[in-house]
Amino acid sequence: MQPIIEVTDLTYMYRSGSGKNVLALNGVTMQVYRGEILAITGQNGSGKSTLARHFNALLTPKSGTVIVDGLSVADKKNTAIIRRSVGMVFQNPDNQLVSSVVEEDIAFGPENLGLPQAEIVDRVDWALESLNLGAYRHRSPNSLSEGQKQLVAIAGVLAMKPQCIILDEPTAHLDPKGRCEVLENVLRLNRDEGITTILLTHFMNEVVHCDRMIVMDQGQIKMTGTPRDLFKLADQIKALGLDLPPASQLAHGLKLKGLALPGNILTLEELVNSLCQLP
Amino acid sequence: MPITVKDLCFSYQKGTPFEKKVLHNISLTIDDGEFVGIIGPTQSGKTTLAQHFNALLMPHGGSVTVNGYLTSDPQADLVDLRLKVGYVFQNPDYQLFAQTVGEDIAFGPQNQKLNKEEIKERVAAVMAQVGLDYDTFNQRDIYALSGGQKRRAAIAGVLACKPEILILDDVTAGLDPRGREEIMTVIRDLHQKQKITIIFISNSMDEAAELAERVIVIDQGRIFLDGAVREIFKQSAQLRSIGLEIPEVISVIEMLQKRGCVLPTIPLNLAEAIDCIATAYREREENR
Repeated sequence: MQPIIEVTDLTYMYRSGSGKNVLALNGVTMQVYRGEILAITGQNGSGKSTLARHFNALLTPKSGTVIVDGLSVADKKNTAIIRRSVGMVFQNPDNQLVSSVVEEDIAFGPENLGLPQAEIVDRVDWALESLNLGAYRHRSPNSLSEGQKQLVAIAGVLAMKPQCIILDEPTAHLDPKGRCEVLENVLRLNRDEGITTILLTHFMNEVVHCDRMIVMDQGQIKMTGTPRDLFKLADQIKALGLDLPPASQLAHGLKLKGLALPGNILTLEELVNSLCQLP
Repeated sequence: MPITVKDLCFSYQKGTPFEKKVLHNISLTIDDGEFVGIIGPTQSGKTTLAQHFNALLMPHGGSVTVNGYLTSDPQADLVDLRLKVGYVFQNPDYQLFAQTVGEDIAFGPQNQKLNKEEIKERVAAVMAQVGLDYDTFNQRDIYALSGGQKRRAAIAGVLACKPEILILDDVTAGLDPRGREEIMTVIRDLHQKQKITIIFISNSMDEAAELAERVIVIDQGRIFLDGAVREIFKQSAQLRSIGLEIPEVISVIEMLQKRGCVLPTIPLNLAEAIDCIATAYREREENR
């Protein structure tokens, strides 16, 4: 597989309120492959957002390189092109929505690309349809649930036809139903539209559905692999301040009680199947 | 200091064409020392209801009585009421406003006209209760705190007013697993050791199951269910019908039951679920 984003030895520092330099990223090297869905997880303050903000040139490296689709984010000439190909969805949709009508909000990005009117209309229709938001197109975002608002924010990014979408804890402030709605749509966009997806999250139940995961701690990448391989390493995951997904936690506890379960269970369905197959 | 709510009604933008009724004839009583979880879909009215408990909102119909005083009585001492019924908001950034942790927590006691020594003592005491070391954090800049530390500082600021009732409005949202665990331990201790009545609004069914003794389910501005935590989570079909999820530890038991395993208990946390399943399998082996 070919990387769409290549990060090499990236270091980033910022100045704290008290004037001290804080090392937020310390020698990070990683790739994001075309078409994959990658989870980046780690405790608050581990550097997830700082790393992701380099992917669309919201931040530029203090040292090291970030190459997006062949272009360096350090070069200001590339910024506009990179932001068009890598879209970002933030935690709080209220920080992202700009218009009082859903379809106008979604049209905002394409309008700024200077596209012809017909193309804008097509893109808005397509984004609305892709996220099942057609019924809300004339509504005010304020009249929608938080989950729906987040979907509108995603539609706005989608209408830019990016190659890659970064979602920075998109479900942190949603209720369980909203979380489910957003996750299902994100997975579907990745599958059906082939959009490379980077999901920053604390919810291990979401990580389970991703192709690969990266665990960060103190500005460094501590683990990389598939969720199935990494969640086997319960002690290491916990030492990095994270949890296993609930099904893996249950399986882990049951194994300690002597039940002969496999070590790589990720979902409740798998757990129940394995339990029912016990002799 | 019990809270009694009778036939409470409330509308947003009342008297305008946009009037929207959000609470419909709610009646309930919360007694001293209870740990009540309030759950429900977003915009079901959980926060609107809880903001009546310390007179941040006033009823449009019905009444709210706290410690024998009507909140809507013009003679009621609302300042005193709000000190006794503390409210911690979802977003600590809306609550914290001073430069340092110590200054922020001291704000309440200062307004209660305590002297310097008393204030320092109280700040140190509440910082200990939320697990923030005084020497490390007293002078710490609010902006240098992690998400979990901010939540704890916000809770400490409310505790410094010596509340008898603490309302926690989705205080774990956006925290990482470790931060979440820390806050849950703090809340459990406040209830068990300090005997503070806790009203815990949450979007996480897992947390409500793990912490609360009684659960009130709100849907579309009405009480949908109200009862002991295990009784509420037994009614999974009803909870699902209003768009709520079931805690994972209960889902797994249900899925096993559907496959023919006999598992009698409703577990409220991981340890209980593991025990329940392990015991069932051990018994099955012994019976063979």
